[in-house]
Amino acid sequence: MVSGTLRTASAGRTSPEASATETPALTCSHLSAVYPGRQGDVQALRDIGFSIRDREFVSIVGPSGCGKSTLLRIIAGLQQPTAGSVSFGGASRPGTGLVFQEHGTFPWMTVVENLAFGLEMQGMPRDERQARALDYANRLGLGQFVHAFPRELSVGMRQRVDIGRAFLSGAPLLLMDEPFGALDAQTRWVLQEELLRIWLESRKLVVFVTHDLDEAVLLSDRVLVMSGRPGTIRQDVSIDLPRPRDSRRDHAAIREYTWHMWQLLEPDVRSGLAIKG
Amino acid sequence: MTHRLSEGRRTAAFVAVALFGAWEVASRSGGLSPTFMPAPTTVLGTLGRELAGGLVGHLAMTMGRVFGGLLLGAVPALLLGFAMGLSPAVQRSVDPFVSALHPIPKLALLPLLMVLLGIGEAPRLTVIAAGAFFPMLLNTLTGVRQISGVHIDVARSYGATNKQILRRVILPGSVPMVLTGLRLATNLAFLTAIAVEMLGASDGLGAQLWLSWQTLRVDLLFAVLTLIAVIGVSISAGLRLLARRGAPWLSEHTAQI
Ligand SMILES: Nc1ncnc2c1ncn2[C@@H]1O[C@H](COP(=O)(O)OP(=O)(O)OP(=O)(O)O)[C@@H](O)[C@H]1O
Ligand SMILES: [Mg+2]
Repeated sequence: MVSGTLRTASAGRTSPEASATETPALTCSHLSAVYPGRQGDVQALRDIGFSIRDREFVSIVGPSGCGKSTLLRIIAGLQQPTAGSVSFGGASRPGTGLVFQEHGTFPWMTVVENLAFGLEMQGMPRDERQARALDYANRLGLGQFVHAFPRELSVGMRQRVDIGRAFLSGAPLLLMDEPFGALDAQTRWVLQEELLRIWLESRKLVVFVTHDLDEAVLLSDRVLVMSGRPGTIRQDVSIDLPRPRDSRRDHAAIREYTWHMWQLLEPDVRSGLAIKG
Repeated sequence: MTHRLSEGRRTAAFVAVALFGAWEVASRSGGLSPTFMPAPTTVLGTLGRELAGGLVGHLAMTMGRVFGGLLLGAVPALLLGFAMGLSPAVQRSVDPFVSALHPIPKLALLPLLMVLLGIGEAPRLTVIAAGAFFPMLLNTLTGVRQISGVHIDVARSYGATNKQILRRVILPGSVPMVLTGLRLATNLAFLTAIAVEMLGASDGLGAQLWLSWQTLRVDLLFAVLTLIAVIGVSISAGLRLLARRGAPWLSEHTAQI
């Protein structure tokens, strides 16, 4: 049933017309990651290879503990792979915005200071970055809270600040590790829309880790489905649904994709939890 | 006015007033010996007279020792704590000394220090500084250590240099624990100052306490104790204010820890 509707690209290749004209913005080749542990080494990633074009929104899904966060940290340059390499279209690593599940905002900075942090690190003068952060806070609906500290915000508002900081920084590469994982469903819908709106405006390259298959299909151009540990890319799934997508209106088409992905994931998820299928 | 006080505070105030009132009456009527339990008003009278006399000088002496001890003990501890938190090599080389010296009750060093440094301010200040040193050191170290790796990763991903990470992440992130260390260090410096003054100093509030015992001036004893209590409370209030100013992002609750 899947083959009729789903076009799956092999790892490292995107649609032919694109790869002919564009060099990929991000290429991971033969990445492996091993953590030394007391009960022997843990191989988190094995021979990961894929590439992403500029302005592409790519999600990564996989069983818990398969190395998604590790992969993101390696792409961000925060961790060295045990083997393999990450390259950025021949250039050095571009500015990177990093968004985590929670607690990514700095508790000692106000909303404006948090939003402006990326600009501050780029050396933008105080008044200018302050003005841009204030303007952005208003667009994010945080106008009333610009001088509040994260402690005084709800979890959803904090995530908005975290995402806003990444976008405002102008960093062309956005790495998000389950950014909506700690939110209630309704807040998540709103922030998903917000994320898409901002992404469509600025068109950054986004790598988005999630455990929510519906979210992955709704947001992404492509979804990389990973295997259980050691994590490998099991399949590179292109989501050929026109945008804007709507989770309720398009739910039948979305469900076909998620069903397909679940079939890929289920054995590994079950064996990871030691439950017989 | 009173309706703004919380229920708990109202009860506490009521109990205090009742207690002091009963004490006053008992002492004045002879139910309590006025020699051993002088009436609260008598104590306040003594306190006023003594403050107008020489007690202010003793108070200044004690506070001088507290601040001197903090300057000599807590400030180096703050710097060393950051150095240890930032550099595993520094921590490894300093750790054995900390483990060896921290458990020693610092007051026990006073006789030895008097042999080594002579009889004077030097051994006293050293003991007070030693008392303030360790809480400041250990809390600062913990403060640096407990900073979330997420915050450092985020800062680094936005291109922060090590210096920027220190200034924008590690310093502010360690403030809550540094404040806790400062509070413990100050309390310990105050306690140690009173103790060393009781052990052979001729001035300071501790010396006055000891003198009032030796001369059996119980009203002076109570007066000095009252003053010590007031100072203790003022120090706590001052540090709370410092926390609110210096770390406005902390909740009222965290700031008081
Ligand atoms: N710092 C570390 N030291 C040792 N082992 C680690 C470390 N970080 C991760 N691991 C191990 O590597 C594997 C992959 O971890 P990772 O956090 O990348 O998985 P994940 O896919 O993000 O999981 P989740 O979906 O639960 O967030 C896990 O088995 C984990 O135990
Ligand atoms: Mg993870």
